[in-house]
Amino acid sequence: MNAGKKPCLSGRGVTKEFGFGRNKTVAVDGVDFDFYEGEIISIVGESGSGKTTLAKMLLGLINATEGDIFFQGKKRNIGSHRKKKEYWKSIQAIFQDPFSSYNTFNKIDSVLLDCIRMRGGGRLPREKKIELMTEACSFVNLKFEELTNKYPFELSGGQQQRLMIARIFLLKPQILLADEPTSMIDACSRTTILDTLMQLRDEIGMTPIFITHDIGLAYYVSDTVYIMERGKFVESGTADQVILNPKKPYTQRLINDVPKIYEEWDLSTV
Amino acid sequence: MGNAVLEVNELTTKYITRFGENIYAVDHVSLKVEEGKSLGIAGESGCGKSTLALSLMGYYFPPLYYTSGQIIIDGQNISGMDPDEVRKAILGKEIAYIPQSAMNALNPTQRIINFIEDVIEAHKPYATKKEIYDQAKSLFEVLGLPAEVLNKYPVELSGGMKQRTVIAISVILSPQILIADEPSSALDVTSQKMVIKMLRNLMDSGLIKSMIFITHELPLLYNVTDDIMVMYAGQIVEKAGAHEMVFTPIHPYSQGLMGSIMVPESGLRDKKLTAIPGVPPNLKNPPSGCRFAERCKYVMPECRVTSIPLRDAGGGRAYRCILPKEFLMEAYERERGER
Repeated sequence: MNAGKKPCLSGRGVTKEFGFGRNKTVAVDGVDFDFYEGEIISIVGESGSGKTTLAKMLLGLINATEGDIFFQGKKRNIGSHRKKKEYWKSIQAIFQDPFSSYNTFNKIDSVLLDCIRMRGGGRLPREKKIELMTEACSFVNLKFEELTNKYPFELSGGQQQRLMIARIFLLKPQILLADEPTSMIDACSRTTILDTLMQLRDEIGMTPIFITHDIGLAYYVSDTVYIMERGKFVESGTADQVILNPKKPYTQRLINDVPKIYEEWDLSTV
Repeated sequence: MGNAVLEVNELTTKYITRFGENIYAVDHVSLKVEEGKSLGIAGESGCGKSTLALSLMGYYFPPLYYTSGQIIIDGQNISGMDPDEVRKAILGKEIAYIPQSAMNALNPTQRIINFIEDVIEAHKPYATKKEIYDQAKSLFEVLGLPAEVLNKYPVELSGGMKQRTVIAISVILSPQILIADEPSSALDVTSQKMVIKMLRNLMDSGLIKSMIFITHELPLLYNVTDDIMVMYAGQIVEKAGAHEMVFTPIHPYSQGLMGSIMVPESGLRDKKLTAIPGVPPNLKNPPSGCRFAERCKYVMPECRVTSIPLRDAGGGRAYRCILPKEFLMEAYERERGER
């Protein structure tokens, strides 16, 4: 199905080990993957399955113990900090906890100004910068005039999460890693966040990668689903294949344990 | 109609802030829980779900104050009773309450059996340790928990096991009604299922007569409770049976909530998700008309004039909107078509 497309991010035998000898933990165990451009990808697993470790490796925040990650067909080179910064122009992330993602001492203006500077807009005139920031804020339904001169902690969780998306709007990365983007948010605001992300995807043509434990969300948004168990991808395929007809016992158990509304929820299996 | 275990009439409670402002977090709430039934309360954060749970116990401490209304449990009106009296006579025996993240509140230096001893000794001062141990052991057997847990420290238990232990401790005196506030929100899906199975088990074995379950996870609520009540800005906006509420919501706010359910089941990917724009009103000075008016897509000038009463919709349902239910239900069907 992906014959004509080229993978934008792929990995061969990516492994991450923590500790030595008897204390060695293999967090990610030799995973292979090809994430294609324009697809929506979900990586689903329980807590402790290595999802976040994989995300950090994809972002280049930690190095893989073994294996290679390829970015747009070429082996990724992020040896120096300067090269990492270059890499981060094309890959960005939204994290689970918006409260801890901002520097408490920086005002919101500077959060957004940093993004403009990263895109090489540091020398733009002041009016142009304000125009860009206003545009980004209005994209996520925030008012820039109300945010200016405020600190991140003065915003609510939902507003902070939306500001995160405004950053992405300014940065226009090719890949967006969303690590549990909605787990701290109410069920009804969840839809708003997802809608905005999807709109952003259409607008700037990025590839979103969702990392989540919420199977309902993965099923609803994604084209391709990867199921992760103890550092390995146990099953992958289209959302309908994996979630409606799971083959592996782990996937079956995971899906059985989610409360359903149309089907009977079988409580006897635990 | 079974016997009402808990009946609440027009209960209003308020918070008084340090600047002397009144915040009515529970505003004229009436509800009734019958024997053998469970009631679910849904709503977004800050809508007063947890405050309602606190108010239902009749155990008020500042900044929460009782204003008006009645709480009748087993024929006894506990509203306005002295907090100390409530603690001695009602809590544990009549009403058991599991607050949010109760499992993190266990003292790490005490064994599980010590918590149970504390509970029983407060109500039956002459019970011996042997009696308490036997009682706890038999309860744990009924609930399918291993008896070794009794001699363990909280840190030795996993999250799911801790939560189930907390529930077991809270029902040791076989209360009439159990109020569970987000009992499974910090757990992974498998432990969550075990907790739910245990709550069902409690109801079936008659250890508790009825239950109030508070969460914002609607698929869970649908599977656990018989009736669902949706709260918005301190008021009840809709009451209905679980099935009707999930599949045919009437009030625009409940429609928004039900339309945002994401479950991994076939056919659901083609349905459109509904989003509710905006934020809830500030309860310091709530709008005089409908509290949902700012975010409602059917808003009319009349909505903002006077407060909207809860209207009867037949079949034990009620909703708080001036529009006819047929119109609202039809609009919802249309909106949730193919995406």
